[in-house]
Amino acid sequence: MSIDTAPKQSWWNRIAHPGQFVRWTQPLLWPLTAITVALFLVGLWFALFNSPQDYQMGDTVRIMYVHVPNAWLSQFVYGTMAVSALGTLVWRHPMADVSMKAAAPLGALFTALALFTGALWGRPTWGTFWEWDGRMTSTLVLLFIYLGIIALWRAFDDQLRAARIVAVFTLVGAINIPIIKFSVDWWSTLHQPASVFRADGPRMPPSILTPLMVMFAAFTFLFVVLQLKAMHTEIKRRRIATLQRRVAQGQPA
Amino acid sequence: MIDLGPHAAFIVWAYLGVLLAIFGLIGWILYDGRRTARKLAALEAQRPAR
Repeated sequence: MSIDTAPKQSWWNRIAHPGQFVRWTQPLLWPLTAITVALFLVGLWFALFNSPQDYQMGDTVRIMYVHVPNAWLSQFVYGTMAVSALGTLVWRHPMADVSMKAAAPLGALFTALALFTGALWGRPTWGTFWEWDGRMTSTLVLLFIYLGIIALWRAFDDQLRAARIVAVFTLVGAINIPIIKFSVDWWSTLHQPASVFRADGPRMPPSILTPLMVMFAAFTFLFVVLQLKAMHTEIKRRRIATLQRRVAQGQPA
Repeated sequence: MIDLGPHAAFIVWAYLGVLLAIFGLIGWILYDGRRTARKLAALEAQRPAR
């Protein structure tokens, strides 16, 4: 009888190795891209050609099909970053740093698009592009937090040191997510209360809910694809930094 | 194309803005990925064979 002395590695440990992570996730990129494109084609067909006008909003309801998924992603991406920040601080997981850094520009863009499409919906519906109400102001604060995090990453040459500082900043900034979510309940806002994610179910007919859900899925898959690709690039960038450091120290690359 | 009603300009600008931003983001991520891969390949090529 022989005793197996090889250390047992869980999948969690295995994906901590950048090379293993890329090897595992690289084959997923093309299938995920195909699913994303298919979801966008179906979603846009529903949104522009096969969904009714809303009885109050008229055709401007079609802006909702791009506004709501971007607003959802602005918070979901931050949630991903907050979980990654815990991964950095608690488990020191190398991929957590990479995930946190890759997600920040994506989250910033989705937040900017949520604000942009919201303003274009607000003008014909409310009569104004902007109002300093709880939901809109807290979403603008979220955009500034994203931009601050991107600036913080760029301020450090040592990315391992930057990761710990950014992780703390990200977790402090996470307090803004419940503020965005519950702002419409806590304060009297121009923005309407939640109508999709409610305890008693969505408050809209299936003809409007269907395109919205397909576009939700399309944008979420888009984020997953872009996040994976950006993580692969960040892993390569760190490898470049390591090789350059070795050359600078007079060692062979 | 369907008739988008009296607020067509707002709807078109919303979709156009999202389209341009998303394609811009995809383009930037692809460009950044290729540029980084090229740089890494050049550095790896300088390494002595082991």
